[in-house]
Amino acid sequence: MDDTGLNAVSTLADRVRRAAYREVASAGGAPVGRDDVAASLGIGRTLAAHHLDKLVDAGLLEVTYARRSGRTGPGAGRPAKLYRVAADAEHEVSLPPRTYRTAAELLAEAVERTGAEVALFDVARTHGRATRTPSAEVADRLEAHGYLPVEADGRIELRNCPYHRLAEQFPPLICGMSLATVEGLVEDTAWSARMDPAPGRCCVTLSKNKTD
Amino acid sequence: MATFHLAHFNAARLRAPLDDPATAGFVAGLDPINALADRSPGFVWRLAEEGATVTPVDDVIATLSVWESLEALRAFTYQSEHLDYVRRRRDWFVPLGYRASLVLWWIPAGTLPTPQEGVTRLRRLGEHGPTAEAFTFRAPFPAPDEVTGAAPPSPLPARPA
Repeated sequence: MDDTGLNAVSTLADRVRRAAYREVASAGGAPVGRDDVAASLGIGRTLAAHHLDKLVDAGLLEVTYARRSGRTGPGAGRPAKLYRVAADAEHEVSLPPRTYRTAAELLAEAVERTGAEVALFDVARTHGRATRTPSAEVADRLEAHGYLPVEADGRIELRNCPYHRLAEQFPPLICGMSLATVEGLVEDTAWSARMDPAPGRCCVTLSKNKTD
Repeated sequence: MATFHLAHFNAARLRAPLDDPATAGFVAGLDPINALADRSPGFVWRLAEEGATVTPVDDVIATLSVWESLEALRAFTYQSEHLDYVRRRRDWFVPLGYRASLVLWWIPAGTLPTPQEGVTRLRRLGEHGPTAEAFTFRAPFPAPDEVTGAAPPSPLPARPA
Protein backbone atom coordinates (compact mmCIF):
# COMPACT_ATOMS: atom_id res chain seq x y z
CA MET A 1 0.00 0.00 0.00
CA ASP A 2 1.28 3.44 -0.99
CA ASP A 3 1.84 5.64 2.07
CA THR A 4 1.51 9.02 0.30
CA GLY A 5 -2.01 9.58 1.60
CA LEU A 6 -1.08 8.49 5.09
CA ASN A 7 1.95 10.81 5.14
CA ALA A 8 -0.15 13.73 3.94
CA VAL A 9 -2.77 13.14 6.57
CA SER A 10 -0.27 12.64 9.40
CA THR A 11 1.18 16.07 8.54
CA LEU A 12 -2.18 17.42 9.68
CA ALA A 13 -1.97 15.81 13.13
CA ASP A 14 -0.70 19.11 14.59
CA ARG A 15 -3.69 21.26 15.58
CA VAL A 16 -2.19 24.60 14.54
CA ARG A 17 -1.05 23.18 11.22
CA ARG A 18 -4.51 21.77 10.62
CA ALA A 19 -5.99 25.22 11.28
CA ALA A 20 -3.48 26.72 8.81
CA TYR A 21 -4.53 24.19 6.17
CA ARG A 22 -8.22 24.96 6.76
CA GLU A 23 -7.49 28.67 6.43
CA VAL A 24 -5.89 28.22 3.01
CA ALA A 25 -8.47 25.63 1.91
CA SER A 26 -11.37 27.95 2.73
CA ALA A 27 -10.06 30.41 0.14
CA GLY A 28 -10.79 27.85 -2.59
CA GLY A 29 -8.08 28.14 -5.20
CA ALA A 30 -7.19 31.71 -4.26
CA PRO A 31 -3.64 32.19 -2.94
CA VAL A 32 -3.19 33.21 0.69
CA GLY A 33 -0.14 34.83 2.32
CA ARG A 34 1.49 33.78 5.58
CA ASP A 35 0.52 37.12 7.16
CA ASP A 36 -3.18 36.38 6.55
CA VAL A 37 -2.83 32.93 8.08
CA ALA A 38 -0.85 34.29 11.03
CA ALA A 39 -3.48 36.97 11.68
CA SER A 40 -6.49 34.62 11.53
CA LEU A 41 -4.82 32.03 13.73
CA GLY A 42 -3.37 34.55 16.16
CA ILE A 43 0.16 33.17 15.77
CA GLY A 44 3.47 34.68 14.67
CA ARG A 45 4.42 35.01 11.01
CA THR A 46 7.44 32.76 11.38
CA LEU A 47 5.38 29.99 12.95
CA ALA A 48 2.70 30.37 10.28
CA ALA A 49 5.36 30.13 7.54
CA HIS A 50 6.84 27.05 9.20
CA HIS A 51 3.51 25.20 9.17
CA LEU A 52 2.64 26.34 5.65
CA ASP A 53 5.98 25.09 4.32
CA LYS A 54 5.46 21.72 6.04
CA LEU A 55 2.10 21.50 4.26
CA VAL A 56 3.85 22.23 0.96
CA ASP A 57 6.41 19.49 1.65
CA ALA A 58 3.57 17.06 2.25
CA GLY A 59 2.00 17.98 -1.10
CA LEU A 60 -1.15 19.43 0.48
CA LEU A 61 -0.44 23.04 -0.52
CA GLU A 62 1.46 24.60 -3.39
CA VAL A 63 3.43 27.84 -3.59
CA THR A 64 2.87 30.75 -5.98
CA TYR A 65 4.59 34.10 -6.05
CA ALA A 66 2.77 37.35 -6.72
CA ARG A 67 2.95 41.01 -5.83
CA ARG A 68 0.17 41.87 -3.46
CA SER A 69 -2.09 44.94 -3.46
CA GLY A 70 -1.59 45.66 -7.14
CA ARG A 71 1.82 47.33 -6.80
CA THR A 72 4.04 47.01 -9.85
CA GLY A 73 7.27 48.46 -11.16
CA PRO A 74 10.39 49.46 -9.26
CA GLY A 75 9.75 49.88 -5.55
CA ALA A 76 6.89 47.43 -5.54
CA GLY A 77 9.05 45.03 -3.56
CA ARG A 78 9.73 41.42 -4.33
CA PRO A 79 6.77 39.14 -4.98
CA ALA A 80 5.22 37.61 -1.85
CA LYS A 81 5.23 33.86 -1.29
CA LEU A 82 1.62 32.72 -1.38
CA TYR A 83 -0.03 29.39 -0.69
CA ARG A 84 -3.00 27.63 -2.20
CA VAL A 85 -4.53 24.18 -2.05
CA ALA A 86 -2.94 21.67 -4.42
CA ALA A 87 -6.24 20.84 -6.13
CA ASP A 88 -4.98 17.93 -8.19
CA ALA A 89 -3.26 16.24 -5.27
CA GLU A 90 -6.07 14.27 -3.69
CA HIS A 91 -5.40 12.12 -0.69
CA GLU A 92 -7.51 9.26 0.38
CA VAL A 93 -6.75 7.17 3.40
CA SER A 94 -8.69 4.03 4.08
CA LEU A 95 -7.81 1.46 6.69
CA PRO A 96 -8.26 -1.32 5.80
CA PRO A 97 -7.85 -0.52 2.08
CA ARG A 98 -11.05 0.36 0.23
CA THR A 99 -11.08 1.63 -3.33
CA TYR A 100 -14.36 3.45 -3.76
CA ARG A 101 -12.92 5.64 -6.52
CA THR A 102 -12.35 2.64 -8.73
CA ALA A 103 -15.86 1.44 -7.97
CA ALA A 104 -17.20 4.90 -8.85
CA GLU A 105 -15.34 4.86 -12.18
CA LEU A 106 -16.70 1.46 -13.10
CA LEU A 107 -20.23 2.47 -12.15
CA ALA A 108 -19.94 5.73 -14.06
CA GLU A 109 -18.82 3.94 -17.20
CA ALA A 110 -21.67 1.45 -16.89
CA VAL A 111 -24.23 4.25 -16.43
CA GLU A 112 -22.87 6.02 -19.50
CA ARG A 113 -22.81 2.88 -21.63
CA THR A 114 -26.37 1.94 -20.79
CA GLY A 115 -27.65 5.53 -20.96
CA ALA A 116 -28.99 5.46 -17.38
CA GLU A 117 -28.17 9.12 -16.68
CA VAL A 118 -31.79 10.06 -16.04
CA ALA A 119 -31.96 7.54 -13.20
CA LEU A 120 -28.67 8.83 -11.74
CA PHE A 121 -29.85 12.45 -11.81
CA ASP A 122 -33.11 11.40 -10.16
CA VAL A 123 -31.22 9.55 -7.41
CA ALA A 124 -28.93 12.58 -6.92
CA ARG A 125 -31.85 15.03 -6.65
CA THR A 126 -33.52 12.81 -4.06
CA HIS A 127 -30.20 12.61 -2.18
CA GLY A 128 -29.95 16.41 -2.13
CA ARG A 129 -33.49 16.67 -0.76
CA ALA A 130 -32.99 13.98 1.86
CA THR A 131 -29.74 15.42 3.22
CA ARG A 132 -30.65 19.09 3.46
CA THR A 133 -31.29 20.72 6.84
CA PRO A 134 -34.42 22.87 6.40
CA SER A 135 -33.27 25.45 8.96
CA ALA A 136 -29.78 25.78 7.43
CA GLU A 137 -28.69 28.60 5.14
CA VAL A 138 -27.97 27.67 1.52
CA ALA A 139 -24.23 28.26 2.00
CA ASP A 140 -24.13 25.88 4.98
CA ARG A 141 -26.03 23.21 3.07
CA LEU A 142 -23.52 23.44 0.21
CA GLU A 143 -20.61 23.49 2.63
CA ALA A 144 -21.86 20.28 4.22
CA HIS A 145 -21.61 18.57 0.84
CA GLY A 146 -18.01 19.66 0.27
CA TYR A 147 -18.65 22.58 -2.12
CA LEU A 148 -16.87 25.78 -1.08
CA PRO A 149 -19.58 28.36 -1.68
CA VAL A 150 -18.63 32.00 -2.25
CA GLU A 151 -21.51 34.47 -2.56
CA ALA A 152 -21.30 37.77 -4.41
CA ASP A 153 -23.93 39.93 -6.15
CA GLY A 154 -26.83 37.48 -5.82
CA ARG A 155 -24.76 34.65 -7.20
CA ILE A 156 -22.97 31.73 -5.56
CA GLU A 157 -19.88 30.13 -7.05
CA LEU A 158 -18.59 26.84 -5.74
CA ARG A 159 -14.82 26.85 -5.33
CA ASN A 160 -14.52 23.11 -4.85
CA CYS A 161 -15.83 20.20 -6.87
CA PRO A 162 -16.41 17.28 -4.47
CA TYR A 163 -16.15 14.90 -7.43
CA HIS A 164 -13.15 16.56 -9.12
CA ARG A 165 -11.31 13.54 -10.62
CA LEU A 166 -14.48 11.74 -11.58
CA ALA A 167 -15.96 14.91 -13.06
CA GLU A 168 -12.91 15.30 -15.30
CA GLN A 169 -13.35 11.75 -16.55
CA PHE A 170 -17.13 11.79 -17.01
CA PRO A 171 -18.15 15.47 -17.30
CA PRO A 172 -21.77 15.24 -18.49
CA LEU A 173 -22.53 12.41 -16.09
CA ILE A 174 -20.84 13.68 -12.92
CA CYS A 175 -21.52 17.40 -13.44
CA GLY A 176 -25.13 16.47 -14.16
CA MET A 177 -25.22 14.42 -10.96
CA SER A 178 -23.71 17.33 -9.05
CA LEU A 179 -26.24 19.79 -10.49
CA ALA A 180 -29.16 17.50 -9.58
CA THR A 181 -27.81 17.13 -6.03
CA VAL A 182 -27.55 20.90 -5.62
CA GLU A 183 -31.04 21.35 -7.08
CA GLY A 184 -32.38 18.95 -4.47
CA LEU A 185 -30.45 20.76 -1.75
CA VAL A 186 -31.81 24.23 -2.50
CA GLU A 187 -35.19 23.74 -4.19
CA ASP A 188 -37.06 24.96 -1.07
CA THR A 189 -35.09 28.24 -1.04
CA ALA A 190 -34.92 31.43 -3.09
CA TRP A 191 -31.92 30.05 -5.00
CA SER A 192 -31.72 28.01 -8.17
CA ALA A 193 -28.81 26.12 -9.65
CA ARG A 194 -27.62 25.88 -13.22
CA MET A 195 -24.81 24.41 -15.29
CA ASP A 196 -22.26 27.17 -15.83
CA PRO A 197 -18.84 25.58 -16.46
CA ALA A 198 -15.60 27.50 -15.98
CA PRO A 199 -12.07 26.37 -15.20
CA GLY A 200 -10.91 26.13 -11.60
CA ARG A 201 -14.28 25.73 -9.90
CA CYS A 202 -17.39 23.54 -9.81
CA CYS A 203 -19.43 23.77 -13.04
CA VAL A 204 -22.60 24.51 -11.05
CA THR A 205 -23.46 28.07 -9.98
CA LEU A 206 -26.51 29.37 -8.13
CA SER A 207 -28.48 32.56 -8.53
CA LYS A 208 -31.30 34.23 -6.63
CA ASN A 209 -34.70 33.60 -8.14
CA LYS A 210 -36.53 36.61 -9.48
CA THR A 211 -39.19 37.48 -6.92
CA ASP A 212 -41.74 39.10 -9.23
CA MET B 1 0.90 24.48 -38.22
CA ALA B 2 0.02 21.03 -36.97
CA THR B 3 0.30 18.19 -39.44
CA PHE B 4 -2.55 16.34 -37.81
CA HIS B 5 -6.04 17.33 -36.79
CA LEU B 6 -8.46 15.55 -34.51
CA ALA B 7 -11.58 13.97 -35.97
CA HIS B 8 -14.60 13.54 -33.71
CA PHE B 9 -17.65 11.36 -34.38
CA ASN B 10 -20.63 10.96 -32.12
CA ALA B 11 -23.81 8.99 -32.78
CA ALA B 12 -26.98 8.18 -30.84
CA ARG B 13 -30.56 7.10 -31.50
CA LEU B 14 -33.43 9.56 -31.00
CA ARG B 15 -36.10 8.64 -28.45
CA ALA B 16 -38.72 10.37 -30.59
CA PRO B 17 -38.89 11.95 -34.06
CA LEU B 18 -37.44 15.43 -34.50
CA ASP B 19 -40.91 16.98 -34.85
CA ASP B 20 -42.07 15.40 -31.57
CA PRO B 21 -42.36 17.70 -28.51
CA ALA B 22 -40.11 15.24 -26.61
CA THR B 23 -37.11 16.29 -28.71
CA ALA B 24 -37.96 20.01 -28.85
CA GLY B 25 -35.15 20.85 -26.42
CA PHE B 26 -32.62 19.15 -28.65
CA VAL B 27 -33.91 20.84 -31.81
CA ALA B 28 -33.97 24.26 -30.10
CA GLY B 29 -30.31 23.86 -29.11
CA LEU B 30 -29.03 22.80 -32.53
CA ASP B 31 -28.44 26.23 -34.07
CA PRO B 32 -26.96 27.97 -31.02
CA ILE B 33 -24.71 25.02 -30.19
CA ASN B 34 -23.51 24.65 -33.79
CA ALA B 35 -22.82 28.38 -33.88
CA LEU B 36 -20.91 28.06 -30.62
CA ALA B 37 -18.81 25.23 -32.10
CA ASP B 38 -18.11 27.22 -35.26
CA ARG B 39 -16.68 30.15 -33.30
CA SER B 40 -14.82 28.06 -30.72
CA PRO B 41 -11.00 28.27 -30.69
CA GLY B 42 -9.46 25.37 -32.61
CA PHE B 43 -12.60 24.50 -34.59
CA VAL B 44 -11.77 23.38 -38.14
CA TRP B 45 -14.82 21.83 -39.77
CA ARG B 46 -18.09 20.01 -39.16
CA LEU B 47 -20.53 18.08 -41.27
CA ALA B 48 -23.37 20.51 -41.70
CA GLU B 49 -26.15 18.09 -42.61
CA GLU B 50 -27.01 16.84 -39.14
CA GLY B 51 -27.55 13.11 -39.34
CA ALA B 52 -29.12 13.24 -42.76
CA THR B 53 -26.51 11.29 -44.66
CA VAL B 54 -24.76 9.50 -41.86
CA THR B 55 -26.56 6.20 -41.72
CA PRO B 56 -29.45 4.59 -43.51
CA VAL B 57 -31.38 4.71 -40.23
CA ASP B 58 -33.61 7.76 -39.88
CA ASP B 59 -33.59 8.01 -36.10
CA VAL B 60 -29.81 8.08 -35.70
CA ILE B 61 -28.30 11.52 -35.20
CA ALA B 62 -24.57 11.91 -35.64
CA THR B 63 -22.11 14.73 -35.46
CA LEU B 64 -18.80 14.70 -37.28
CA SER B 65 -16.27 17.46 -36.75
CA VAL B 66 -12.56 18.29 -37.02
CA TRP B 67 -10.51 20.20 -34.41
CA GLU B 68 -6.96 21.48 -34.18
CA SER B 69 -6.30 19.67 -30.93
CA LEU B 70 -7.78 17.48 -28.24
CA GLU B 71 -7.66 20.43 -25.81
CA ALA B 72 -9.70 22.59 -28.19
CA LEU B 73 -12.37 19.93 -28.58
CA ARG B 74 -12.42 19.25 -24.84
CA ALA B 75 -12.83 22.95 -24.04
CA PHE B 76 -15.83 23.22 -26.38
CA THR B 77 -17.38 19.93 -25.32
CA TYR B 78 -17.05 20.20 -21.55
CA GLN B 79 -16.18 23.79 -20.63
CA SER B 80 -18.82 25.70 -22.58
CA GLU B 81 -22.62 25.85 -22.74
CA HIS B 82 -22.35 22.61 -24.67
CA LEU B 83 -21.90 20.76 -21.37
CA ASP B 84 -25.47 21.48 -20.31
CA TYR B 85 -26.71 20.33 -23.73
CA VAL B 86 -24.84 17.05 -23.53
CA ARG B 87 -25.93 16.58 -19.90
CA ARG B 88 -29.52 16.39 -21.17
CA ARG B 89 -28.73 13.92 -23.95
CA ARG B 90 -30.71 11.06 -22.38
CA ASP B 91 -33.85 13.18 -22.47
CA TRP B 92 -33.58 12.87 -26.22
CA PHE B 93 -31.33 9.92 -27.05
CA VAL B 94 -30.68 6.28 -26.27
CA PRO B 95 -27.24 4.70 -26.83
CA LEU B 96 -26.74 2.94 -30.15
CA GLY B 97 -25.53 -0.25 -28.52
CA TYR B 98 -21.83 0.16 -29.24
CA ARG B 99 -19.68 0.35 -26.13
CA ALA B 100 -19.21 4.07 -26.72
CA SER B 101 -21.12 6.79 -28.54
CA LEU B 102 -18.13 9.06 -29.11
CA VAL B 103 -14.89 8.29 -30.92
CA LEU B 104 -11.78 10.34 -31.74
CA TRP B 105 -8.93 9.76 -34.20
CA TRP B 106 -6.17 11.75 -35.87
CA ILE B 107 -6.32 12.73 -39.55
CA PRO B 108 -3.77 14.51 -41.73
CA ALA B 109 -4.52 18.25 -41.60
CA GLY B 110 -6.34 19.32 -44.74
CA THR B 111 -8.26 16.07 -45.18
CA LEU B 112 -11.85 15.47 -44.07
CA PRO B 113 -13.34 12.39 -42.43
CA THR B 114 -16.54 10.73 -43.64
CA PRO B 115 -19.50 9.54 -41.55
CA GLN B 116 -18.89 5.97 -42.74
CA GLU B 117 -15.39 6.25 -41.34
CA GLY B 118 -16.88 7.47 -38.06
CA VAL B 119 -19.11 4.40 -37.82
CA THR B 120 -16.12 2.14 -38.56
CA ARG B 121 -14.03 3.84 -35.85
CA LEU B 122 -16.85 3.61 -33.34
CA ARG B 123 -17.19 -0.11 -34.03
CA ARG B 124 -13.44 -0.52 -33.75
CA LEU B 125 -13.42 1.28 -30.39
CA GLY B 126 -16.16 -1.05 -29.18
CA GLU B 127 -14.30 -4.17 -30.31
CA HIS B 128 -10.71 -3.34 -29.33
CA GLY B 129 -11.04 -0.61 -26.71
CA PRO B 130 -9.09 2.64 -27.10
CA THR B 131 -6.24 2.43 -29.66
CA ALA B 132 -4.35 5.07 -31.64
CA GLU B 133 -6.89 4.49 -34.46
CA ALA B 134 -10.00 5.03 -32.32
CA PHE B 135 -9.90 6.53 -28.85
CA THR B 136 -11.80 8.63 -26.31
CA PHE B 137 -11.31 11.66 -24.06
CA ARG B 138 -10.64 9.34 -21.13
CA ALA B 139 -7.96 7.34 -22.96
CA PRO B 140 -6.42 9.75 -25.48
CA PHE B 141 -3.53 9.08 -27.86
CA PRO B 142 -1.06 11.72 -29.07
CA ALA B 143 -1.07 12.86 -32.70
CA PRO B 144 1.27 10.71 -34.85
CA ASP B 145 3.75 13.57 -35.19
CA GLU B 146 3.87 14.00 -31.44
CA VAL B 147 4.91 10.42 -30.82
CA THR B 148 8.61 10.32 -30.08
CA GLY B 149 10.81 7.31 -29.50
CA ALA B 150 10.04 3.73 -30.39
CA ALA B 151 7.58 2.92 -27.60
CA PRO B 152 4.01 2.49 -28.78
CA PRO B 153 1.53 4.93 -27.24
CA SER B 154 -0.30 3.58 -24.23
CA PRO B 155 -3.46 4.87 -22.54
CA LEU B 156 -2.22 3.50 -19.24
CA PRO B 157 -0.22 5.60 -16.81
CA ALA B 158 3.50 4.95 -17.03
CA ARG B 159 4.68 2.38 -14.53
CA PRO B 160 8.13 2.03 -13.11
CA ALA B 161 9.96 -0.90 -14.67
